[in-house]
Amino acid sequence: MDVAPEQVARLARLCRLELSPEEVREVAAELGRMLGRMDALDRLDTAGVEPMYRVSPEVNVLREDEAAPSWAREELLAAAPAADGGAYLTPQAVE
Amino acid sequence: MGGTELTGLTALELGAAIRRGEVSIPEAVRAALCAVEARNGAVNAFITVTARRALERAEKLQAEAGRARSPLYGVPMAIKDNICTRGVKTSCASRILGEFAPAYDAGVVDRLAGAGAVSLGKLNMDEFAMGSTSETSYYGPVRNPWDLARSPGGSSGGSAAAVAAGMGWYALGSDTGGSIRQPAAFCGVTGIKPTYGTVSRYGLVAYASSMDQIGPLGRDAADCAAVLDVIQGRDARDATSLDGRYGGLLDGLTGDVRGLKVGLPRDWYGDGLDGEARAAVLAVADVLKSRGAEVVELSVPVMDYAASAYYAIAAAEASSNLSRFDGIRYGWRAEECGGLDGLYAKTRSQGFGPEVKRRILLGALVLSAGHYEGRYQKALRARALVRDAFQAAFERCGVILAPTAPADAPRLGEGQPEELQARPGVAYTAPANLAGLPALSMPCGLDGKGLPIGAQLIAPRFGEGALLNAAHAFQLDTDWHRRIPVGRGGGVK
Amino acid sequence: MIWETVIGLEVHVELATRTKIFCACSTAFGGEPNTRCCPVCTGMPGTLPVLNRRAVELAVKAGLGLDCAITRHSRFDRKNYFYPDLPKAYQISQLYLPIARDGTVEISSPAGRKAVRIRELHLEEDAGKLTHDPAAGVSRVDYNRCGVPLIEIVTEPDLRGAEEAVACLEALREILRYLGVSGCKMQEGSLRCDVNLSVRPAGSGALGPRTEMKNLGSFRAVARAVEYEARRQAALLEGGGRVARETRRWDEERNVSLPMRAKEEARDYRYFPEPDLPPVELAEEYLDRLRAAQPELARAKRARYQADYGLGEYDCRMLTSDPALARFFEALAALGTPAKQGANWIMGEVLGALSQRGIEPGEMKLTPPTLARLIALVEAGTLNRNTAVKVFEAVFDTDGDVDAFVAAHGLEQVSDGGLIREAAVRALEANPRSVEDYRGGKARAFGFLVGQVMRQLGGKADPRTVNAVLRELLDGGGGPARTGA
Repeated sequence: MDVAPEQVARLARLCRLELSPEEVREVAAELGRMLGRMDALDRLDTAGVEPMYRVSPEVNVLREDEAAPSWAREELLAAAPAADGGAYLTPQAVE
Repeated sequence: MGGTELTGLTALELGAAIRRGEVSIPEAVRAALCAVEARNGAVNAFITVTARRALERAEKLQAEAGRARSPLYGVPMAIKDNICTRGVKTSCASRILGEFAPAYDAGVVDRLAGAGAVSLGKLNMDEFAMGSTSETSYYGPVRNPWDLARSPGGSSGGSAAAVAAGMGWYALGSDTGGSIRQPAAFCGVTGIKPTYGTVSRYGLVAYASSMDQIGPLGRDAADCAAVLDVIQGRDARDATSLDGRYGGLLDGLTGDVRGLKVGLPRDWYGDGLDGEARAAVLAVADVLKSRGAEVVELSVPVMDYAASAYYAIAAAEASSNLSRFDGIRYGWRAEECGGLDGLYAKTRSQGFGPEVKRRILLGALVLSAGHYEGRYQKALRARALVRDAFQAAFERCGVILAPTAPADAPRLGEGQPEELQARPGVAYTAPANLAGLPALSMPCGLDGKGLPIGAQLIAPRFGEGALLNAAHAFQLDTDWHRRIPVGRGGGVK
Repeated sequence: MIWETVIGLEVHVELATRTKIFCACSTAFGGEPNTRCCPVCTGMPGTLPVLNRRAVELAVKAGLGLDCAITRHSRFDRKNYFYPDLPKAYQISQLYLPIARDGTVEISSPAGRKAVRIRELHLEEDAGKLTHDPAAGVSRVDYNRCGVPLIEIVTEPDLRGAEEAVACLEALREILRYLGVSGCKMQEGSLRCDVNLSVRPAGSGALGPRTEMKNLGSFRAVARAVEYEARRQAALLEGGGRVARETRRWDEERNVSLPMRAKEEARDYRYFPEPDLPPVELAEEYLDRLRAAQPELARAKRARYQADYGLGEYDCRMLTSDPALARFFEALAALGTPAKQGANWIMGEVLGALSQRGIEPGEMKLTPPTLARLIALVEAGTLNRNTAVKVFEAVFDTDGDVDAFVAAHGLEQVSDGGLIREAAVRALEANPRSVEDYRGGKARAFGFLVGQVMRQLGGKADPRTVNAVLRELLDGGGGPARTGA
C-alpha cells in the first residue's frame, strides 16, 4: 500500500517531527511497507467481533476525592530545561 | 567465596548465603561491580552504574540484616532504564530525556526497596523499548555476552545481558511485545512477562500502555518467582493494576507437574522456525512428560496476523505516549529553536532516533481518519480473536509450550527490520501481550553456534504459578539455565 | 434581507471537587504558579491517571439535572495535540462514549420559553495556563489548573440570538449551581463558553457555515460577541462574500471578533480509547440513588414558594437567585418564621449586607436560627424593627448570639403597659401645649408626644403600645386610666 510523501509530511507536522525531503521519501516507503504487511488484517474475518481495547475486565477503578499535598515546586521545576519565577518557560506561543 | 564464585550463584542462593552470614551484602555488591567493571565495557549493558549508592545501600542493609524478611534481601540487581528511579537518571536510552532524574520511584522500585534490594544501576535497551535487538539505544548497542558480535535481543537487551554476564543476580525488564522473553532466550536466562495488571506500571515510561508490563529476568524460574512475589500487587497509582491474591509463587514451586496438560500449538512450529530451535523446544515437552505431564497438540491460529495487530496497536499508543517529550518540562531541549514550533520540531527530531520516529509516524497514520477503522480498529478486533484463540486452547491445556523466537540471536547490524520479515519474531511473543497473558521464556538448549535457545510457556491470566512450576520442573531435570557464556568468569571471548 | 442567527453553545464547567480529576492535587482557584501540581498533572514520564469518583458523580448529577440519558458504560479517549498548556500532549476526554447525551434545558428569554436540546455532556481534564511575555518573547506555563475536572456541555444549534444564548447560559448556571456541580464563576473561569454561530435567511431551514468563538469572559461578552458576529456574517453574505469556517477570538477591549491563527490540521486529533483508564460502568441502582438525592431545582422551588407560601413571583425569583439563599429561606420557614417576614429580611437586610461586603450567600456566616430568633423577637414585640436592624448588623458577620447581644445592650423593647403609661402621663403633663394642639385637631402634635414617650424610654418601647396608651389618655373619656398590666 502506498503512502504519499505529502501525507508523510503532513503526519510529520502533526507529530512535530522535522523530516528532510529525503527522509520523507524514505519514511513514505517504509510506512507503505508496514501498512502493506498489515494487509494480513484485511484477510481476517472479524465480522461481529468487538474491538478489544484492553485485556482486563475491570471497571470503575476510582479514587476518592481526597487531597494530598502537592509537590514542592522546586522539585518539579528542577527537571525543566528552562524555568523562571516559578513557571516553565517556552518560546512565546501564539494562540 | 571469591567474586567469581559469588556471581555464579542464583539470586536465591546468594540471598540464603547473606542470611546465613556467609556473605556480606557489601561483598556481594563489590563482586557485582567487579563483574561490571570487567565486562560492561564490552557488553554495554548499563547506561548508568550507581556504584556509590549501591555500596552505601549495602552497608545500610547489612547493618539491618537482622530484620531481613525477603529471600532476596541484599541481593544486587539492576533496572531497565525505562523504569523511574528517584534521583537516578532514567533515559529510556533516548537522547530526548537527557539527564532526566525523576523525583519519584516506580511502584516496582518501591516494592523492591521494601524487600531489601540493592540496585547497581540502570540498564541499556532499545530506545523507548522500541526494537528487538537493543541496537536503537542512544547509548550504543548492547552486545550478547555469548557472542559479542551478536545482539542480546531486545528491547530489554541490557537486562538479559547483565544477568547472563553476571553483572547482577537479576534484573527488571519490560515486555510490550516480547521484550523480556526474546532477550532472555537470546542470552540464556529465564524471564517472565506477568499477567497484565499484576505489576504496577506506575513509573514505567509508557510505550504501549495496554500491553506494557514489567517483569524479572533471572538465572532460573525460582529467582523469577521470588522477584514476582515482591513486585506483584495492586498499586493505587495505576488504574489498570488489579486486585488479586499475590505472593506464594516461590513456595509453590514443587516441580510436580503430574496431570498438567502441556499444549503444543501446531501452527507455531511450522514455517519460519529454525530446526534446532524446534527440536530443543519439543525436548522440553519430553522432559515435562517424563515428570508426569500430558502433552496435547492443539492449534492457536494467530501467527499470521498477531504481529500486524501488535504493530498497529503498539504504534498507535506509542505515538500518543511519546508526544509528551517536547523539551518543556523535563529532559533535553534542542538549542537555537526559534519559536515554539521550532522548539517542538527540533527537540523531537533531534531527540528521537529513527526507529522511534518511524513508529510515531506509523501510529499517527493508523489513528488518522483514513486508517482508524481499517487498521487500528481492525487490529483491535484481531486482538479479540487472539484472546478467543487462547481461551479455546486453555480449555484443553494448562500451559502452552512454544518457541520464544524463530531463531537465535542475530549479528549486530544484520537484524532485518521486523516488519519486513515474513514471520517476524514478535509473532511468537506478541500474542501473549495482545491477550494480557503471563508468558515465560527459559533456556532449553544451545544451538550449533553455541547460542542459547529459549522455550516459551504461556498460561491463562493469573497463571504465573503454573508457568513457573512447569519451568522449575524442567530446570530440576536439566542444566541449560546453569550454562554461562564463555568468559563470564574472566576475560572476554 | 432578514437574517436569522443560529447558535449552539459549548459550555465548559469546572466541577466542584476537592481534588483534580486524575490526581490528588487541590483544585482551589489561584495560588502561586505550579504550586498545585505533582508528577501526574504535569505529565512526568511513567505517571498514570486515576479517576476521581466524585468527578463522575457530579457529571452524572449534571446529566440527570439536564434530563440527559446517562451512558451506562462510558469510557475515556485521548485527544492528541501539541500546546504547552497540555503537558501530556493529549487531553483525556470522552469522544466515543460521553457520560450523558440527549438532554434538554428550558430557557426563558424575552422571546418566551423554549426547550434547548443538549447533544452531549462529557468529562475531561482542564489544561494549564499560559502567560505571554511579548517583550521577552517567552510564555510562562502554570499547571495549577491542569487536571481540574471539567464537563463540556454541547447544545444543539437551537438558540436564535444573543438573548437566548445568555438565557441558556443563565439556565445552565442556575441548574448546575443548584445541583452543587459547580460554582459556575465566569470570572474565575469555572464556567467558560464557546459560541458556534451561523446566520441564514429568515425562514430557511439550512445551516450556513459557522464560526466558533472563544475567549468570552462574561455573559455580557457573550451577548456582544453574538451580536457582533451575526452582523459580521450577515454583512459578508450580503456583500456576496462567504463565511469561512474558522475559530475566532473575542476581543473584549475592542468589541470585535478576530480569526485565531489558522491551526493547520489542528482538527486531526487522532482520538483513540485511553488505555490507562478502565471504563466507567454505572449501575441502575447507583443512578436511582443519585436521582433520589437530586435537590429541588430553582424552577420547582419558585412554583412551590408561590403555592405554599403565597409569595409573589418577584420574591420567588429573588429568593431562588442563589441556592444558598433559597436554602436559607427554607430553613427560616422550617424554624417557624412567617414566610413573608423571612423573605423580606432576606431580600432586604441579608442581600444588602452581602452586597455591601461583596460576598456570596454561600460564604455568609449568619445562620438561619439566628435570623429566625431575631425575627421572632420582632414578632413578639420584644424588639422594634429599627433596633432589630441594629442587632442584625451586629450579629451578621459572626453569627453572634441575638439574645446575648440584646441583653448586653439592654435593647429589649419596653412593652410593660405600666411603664409606658407612667411615661405617657409625664409627657402629657410636661407638654400641655401639645395636648392642646392635639385636641384642637393638629394631628402632628400626636407624633411629637409619641416621640417624647419614646425618648423617656430610651427608644425601646413598642410603638404600637405607645400609640394606644396615648390615644386612650388623650381621647379616652371612658373610664379612669388604669395602671398596671
